[in-house]
Amino acid sequence: MIKPIMKKTIKLLINMLIIVIFFVPFYWMILTAFKTLEETVQFPPSFWVSHPQWENFLVALKAIPFMKFTINSVVVSISVMLLQFLTVIPAAYAFARLKFKGKSLLFGTVLSTMMVPSQLVFLPIYLMFSKWGLINNYLSLILPFATSAFGIFMLRQSFMQVPEEILEAAKLDKASEFKTLTRIMLPAAKPTLVMLGLFSWISTWNDYFWPLVITTNDAVRTLPIGISSLRMVESGVTYHIVMAGNVLLIIPIIIVFLIAQKQIIRAFTYTGEK
Amino acid sequence: MANITKRKVGSRLKPYALITPAMIIFILFFIYPIVYMVYLSFFKWNMIGDMKFIGLNNYTSMFANSEFWVVMKNTFFFMILSVGLVILFSMLMAVYLHKNTKINNLLQSVIFAPYIISFVSISFIFLWMFEPDYGLFNYFLERIGISSVRWLQNTNTAMISLVMVSVWKGVGYNTLIIISAIQKIPSYLFEAAELDRSNKAKTFFKITIPMISPTMFFLVLVNLITSLKTFETIQLMTLGGPANSTKTLVYYLYEYGFSFYKIGYASAVGVVLMVLIGVLTVIYFKVLSKKVYYH
Repeated sequence: MIKPIMKKTIKLLINMLIIVIFFVPFYWMILTAFKTLEETVQFPPSFWVSHPQWENFLVALKAIPFMKFTINSVVVSISVMLLQFLTVIPAAYAFARLKFKGKSLLFGTVLSTMMVPSQLVFLPIYLMFSKWGLINNYLSLILPFATSAFGIFMLRQSFMQVPEEILEAAKLDKASEFKTLTRIMLPAAKPTLVMLGLFSWISTWNDYFWPLVITTNDAVRTLPIGISSLRMVESGVTYHIVMAGNVLLIIPIIIVFLIAQKQIIRAFTYTGEK
Repeated sequence: MANITKRKVGSRLKPYALITPAMIIFILFFIYPIVYMVYLSFFKWNMIGDMKFIGLNNYTSMFANSEFWVVMKNTFFFMILSVGLVILFSMLMAVYLHKNTKINNLLQSVIFAPYIISFVSISFIFLWMFEPDYGLFNYFLERIGISSVRWLQNTNTAMISLVMVSVWKGVGYNTLIIISAIQKIPSYLFEAAELDRSNKAKTFFKITIPMISPTMFFLVLVNLITSLKTFETIQLMTLGGPANSTKTLVYYLYEYGFSFYKIGYASAVGVVLMVLIGVLTVIYFKVLSKKVYYH
């Protein structure tokens, strides 16, 4: 009789510990965003705010060209996503359904680029863009991500799962290949396309490294760079303002995560589950 | 007749036409830059003046530079510690959370969330919690009677602090992949073990571990590569300091390229990084092809 109760209690304690470890940092961020400067440098710290400082968000918004950064982030992340669809869909179709010379070699090349992080090739790419005069241009932020090896891999997989009989039937009906692709293949691969879009958008929205190395002025910089520059404002770190900016950066991701949790988790763990 | 041959040539070229847009991007931004980087590593160049061919000089001066070896030591320390811990914690979490219950599914989402939050946000949250005078971590330490730690300002703890951040961010991803591997183990194996009156520990080591070992091997490699490219937390939290104690290969490459404008030397550092990632990639694909074979 005692044993099951003990087991339940231990489980509850472990669950609470997990939530504390993974949730408290976010709680701390939100709480700090509503504190006054005095409250942030008070020790021991308080775990609640009685007078939430909504002004912190206004200060953060005004300290940096926030609207500009947001527009840049939206333009870049949406362009990357659309370009990825445009380049990934035909390539995945070719690799899944057509026979051609050098196919496996080319597919191997595609897969191997998945392992090349931007942290390895940023210097030569920076030099290329600077030679072309494209530093501080949307193109240098978008073009390197205009296709996705991961996307081709994932979409090829789901194109291959479309039953052969359906395609044969389409052929008998003299449906053009384009029609087959848009009427049969793409609808069948819809869940994968959603995953691909989410993966692409989240990765670009969050990216800090690439805009950091490829831009030098605020005209084309994206939100993560903007938020990171809040640290410099008013000389020294004013954590309540930084955290307010941080909350604004995280909100879109959290909203999307709450709506499409399953698809996001599947997209991000896809290669691992195969 | 002419029309038919035309069509034939067209359909033969079509696959290539379809992959061309993607291939152009891959060649321009993945393959060519790597070749260009290797080429640059044989030159002395500061981005504005003339390029001067100096053969292997960048490599010899790099290998003779004691800072490079400190950087290598840091890189491997970070890699081994973060990958070891992330695998250990993920394994424990996966075993604890693998059954599909409501509360487990909720906890899975909670631990996964940090993985899709940007490094900027995570770095600032931890920078704030690591704050030596008003930070949350030192408050907790004080509450349990341990004197406060200067997390990021101390050469002994700075790297460990960065490892903590990486582990915290990556545990969710790894746990979910291990869980799906555990759930794919055929249930008759566990039923047979139960019939044999095997205890839980024995079942775990004799059935679960061997069955998920391909996944674990895959995860170790993925995490090794992830740790090699870690840059954001270093740049936002320590700038490689204090006293070079958190300077890793990627940060060293960035610094030589973008702060010192020593393009040739930076490229040589890049080649070292490329070799490390290359070796891991080759092993990764060997494993991946085997896994696909088994399915």
